[in-house]
Amino acid sequence: MTAVGDELPPLSVRVTRADLVRYAGASGDFNPIHWSDRVATSAGLPGVIAHGMLTMALTGRLVTDWAGSPAAVRTYGVRFTRPVVVPDDDDGALVELSGKVTGLSEPEGGERIAKVAITAAFEGKTVLGRAIAEVAVPSE
Amino acid sequence: MPDVSYVGKALPPTAPYQVGREKIREFALAIGEGASVCLDVDAARAAGHPDVVAPPTFAVTFTMPAIEAFLRDPAFGWDYLRMVHGDQSITLHRPICGGDDLVTTIHVDDLRTRGGSHMLTLRCEVADTDGEPVATTKLLLVTAAEGES
Repeated sequence: MTAVGDELPPLSVRVTRADLVRYAGASGDFNPIHWSDRVATSAGLPGVIAHGMLTMALTGRLVTDWAGSPAAVRTYGVRFTRPVVVPDDDDGALVELSGKVTGLSEPEGGERIAKVAITAAFEGKTVLGRAIAEVAVPSE
Repeated sequence: MPDVSYVGKALPPTAPYQVGREKIREFALAIGEGASVCLDVDAARAAGHPDVVAPPTFAVTFTMPAIEAFLRDPAFGWDYLRMVHGDQSITLHRPICGGDDLVTTIHVDDLRTRGGSHMLTLRCEVADTDGEPVATTKLLLVTAAEGES
């Protein structure tokens, strides 16, 4: 049974340029800072960066993997504090995810909700601030 | 300077967007979400859903185009090209599933200028065509207020 202080199984996700192209197509976000070094650097960025919403979605997998289904997620919010710079090579960028249950509500309308605080790190630095998801968990 | 008279107002609702089963699969594969309820309609139905279930951030695929159209409208005066995404939250009143017809209404909740930046808070209320709430998304967008005091 879920308890406050439980740690979610950590997850490491590698993001390559090919992943950015694929996400651009799936999401419809074709902003060239996510695929063109020329545009990204002229916008003052260190290079091509991952879509914030892709970083948010990849981070969300930590929670959906743990919960067993994306349908369990009730709320999910993040602050984008630092961009994930994705080099043009086969290794891409490695984002390391961890999370912990920080709160648990009593069943309400038959549902028990766990609050999960998530940490997403890239090159040892946090890329998301205040990343919190609320997830329905079994009551017993 | 963006037009502050939009604050507190809602834009006209979008035309219904039909959530495609294959679009959900495409999005799930693009983010590496392998849950069977996202990919396999039989698994989704066995779990009590009407069709495949969208990952939690899926709403961006249809809310962002509506937001972009508003932000590119010269009447609002937003510097779209230098915009960055500050934060994002999503509340799902129920899971979004294949076959849903969804209408998005954008609300301009806040606009302020601080430290040389314009900070815009938008809220998208997503409902089905009967008006039942499905999702609420909220986002902070930031753009430079260069040349303005």
